[in-house]
Amino acid sequence: MGKVTALIGPSGCGKSTILRMIVGLVEPSQGEVQIDGAVLTKENALTLRRRIGYVIQDGGLFPHLTAGQNVALMARHLGNPEAENAARLKELSALTKFPEDGFNRYPSELSGGQRQRVGLMRGLMLQPDVLLLDEPLGALDPLVRHGLQTDLKAIFAQLQPTVVLVTHDMGEAAYLADKIVLLREGKIVQEGTLEDFQKRPAEPYVTEFLSAQRSMVAI
Amino acid sequence: MKKLAFIVLLAVSVFAHAQVTVGSKKFTESYVLGEVAKRTLIDAGIKAEHKQGMGATAIVWAALKGGSVQAYPEYTGTISEEILKQPGLSGDAMQAELNKLGIGMTGELGFNDGYAIVMKKERAEKLGIKTLSDLKNHPELVAGPTHEFLVRKDGWVPLMAKYGVKLTNVKGIEHSIGYTALNSGQIDLKDCYSTDAEIQKYGLTVLDDDQNFFPQYHAVFLYRLDTPAPAVEALKKLAGTIDATLMIKMNTAAGESKNYEKAASIYFETKGKKASVVDDSLAPKEVGWIGRHLFLVGVSLLFAVIIGIPLGVVASRPGPLSSAILGVTGVLQTVPSLALLALLVPIPFLGISIWTAILALFLYSLLPIVRNTATGIQNIAPSLRESAVALGLEPRARLLKIELPLAARTILAGIKTSAIINVGTATIAALIGAGGLGEPIISGLSNNDNNAVLQGAIPAAVLAILVQVLFDVVDRVVIPKGLRV
Repeated sequence: MGKVTALIGPSGCGKSTILRMIVGLVEPSQGEVQIDGAVLTKENALTLRRRIGYVIQDGGLFPHLTAGQNVALMARHLGNPEAENAARLKELSALTKFPEDGFNRYPSELSGGQRQRVGLMRGLMLQPDVLLLDEPLGALDPLVRHGLQTDLKAIFAQLQPTVVLVTHDMGEAAYLADKIVLLREGKIVQEGTLEDFQKRPAEPYVTEFLSAQRSMVAI
Repeated sequence: MKKLAFIVLLAVSVFAHAQVTVGSKKFTESYVLGEVAKRTLIDAGIKAEHKQGMGATAIVWAALKGGSVQAYPEYTGTISEEILKQPGLSGDAMQAELNKLGIGMTGELGFNDGYAIVMKKERAEKLGIKTLSDLKNHPELVAGPTHEFLVRKDGWVPLMAKYGVKLTNVKGIEHSIGYTALNSGQIDLKDCYSTDAEIQKYGLTVLDDDQNFFPQYHAVFLYRLDTPAPAVEALKKLAGTIDATLMIKMNTAAGESKNYEKAASIYFETKGKKASVVDDSLAPKEVGWIGRHLFLVGVSLLFAVIIGIPLGVVASRPGPLSSAILGVTGVLQTVPSLALLALLVPIPFLGISIWTAILALFLYSLLPIVRNTATGIQNIAPSLRESAVALGLEPRARLLKIELPLAARTILAGIKTSAIINVGTATIAALIGAGGLGEPIISGLSNNDNNAVLQGAIPAAVLAILVQVLFDVVDRVVIPKGLRV
């Protein structure tokens, strides 16, 4: 059963870089990345990546492909039967609450929230063991964001993948993650739950970071 | 692909040898004599074609030696002075020297078309100039000799030296434009051929060569010794059959009608044969020019796309190879089109052929396609590039499924640029006998015939616009809907 870990911290603290290292876009200058005990190398990056769903802000969708083509791109490339793909699209559309008729639209014809759902579907298409979400809700307005947060939590509960989520919103991290990791300038400041952060801050910076998160008070 | 092009080339050259190809230089008399030779061969039952106005002496001589033409009209003076570079050779000596090079020479056709210097009659009378020696007292005169005459061993510089004339204002002007300039008084002197129709047309005074500087220029046909014997026999029979009067008559007719085949048929009429049935209507000719033009543009563009896009893909990856590709294609673009043709013509297998023109156009088309492909790929947002990697697509699939489609619009714009440039540049193909809309333009320029120039220029401009429209349609069909915002 997968755990949900949230990486949080100010811009430039290295949280996105960690995700990019896990998916093999950046090579670590020190240490190594292990997935299920296998060390990520240049040679096995291609196969390991296909077990990872990587979702970035605004979905990273290819503008020349429809939503459906974006989601099914890898499955088709790997030659999966078309009937299976269609069934999987249907499943995903129900899971992410994305209307099925939207699959024929191009990314430019979708709203920001819909694009994010398509990006998520593309990440989930091949039933990955690991799901990497890089500020998936960063660019959305508060209402859409709230709805997607709720849906994400439900999806995590249903599929139970290992999730690493990058966010700079402590409320989002606390709501979605089992464990929160606070980073600053490439180093871990503290890891634990929101309660740990509030009651047992590792250093004054933790309290400072929490107090800067105004919206958290309401949660 | 290379292999295919080679086979096509080979097939074309084999096909070309099944018939006799007559060449000609880029002036009226040469065109007319070329037509006379063509019809003479056809009348003798030999399959013949005439590549009109291929260029100056050097180009047509190279074509004869290279075998892309089997015969062309030449002048004894040019043969000794320019080709063999042994001034004052006798006819027999010339024949022997040419034979060593694999070339034969017919007997003299019957007229001397020497060089001469002309002035406008009123101007010459006013200044009291009758002979070349008289020029010594008039250093203020403006001369506009042809570019070829300026550098000939029997041309401008030695001529002036012999007569001790020093003019300060001398500029090279194209032959028929020079006549217009002379007639309108912009220049005072120019070189001419003694059978030029313009001498009568404009009432020009031919200055007397009182010190006998100019060699004799008796017209002959040069032919390759490997030309089929019946063809050689037919050409040899032309010796002594064209006198100066007949030649001037044909030149005048050609100057007026611009129809060289029709002008040449005067020769056959005077020999008691019936006139050639000449189709004088413009439409079929125009269609032929446009068809050939489109062929030149289409084939060269096709090869440029097939080779340019992969080169552009390589050039899109940073590194020394990228700089090399963009550098070389960039330099190619800056070579003047005439110079590029001149460089390609001496290459074996190419020579004076349509494939030389296509190769030149291909080289010109490369840069916009290569550069736009490279830029199009480089400009893809890093997040999309990384998404493609993170999905687990291998490099080849990334290129084909993501990068090229995303760059499609920019690549297509590059192809469009190349196509439009090509439609314009392809007009120079006519310089080496490859036809197309350049044919009326170039023959119009060399005969000072604006109508002919427009017959080529207008369709070329229309084609350029149509190409633009065509690509807008292609854009709509080829570019994925999602990229058209």
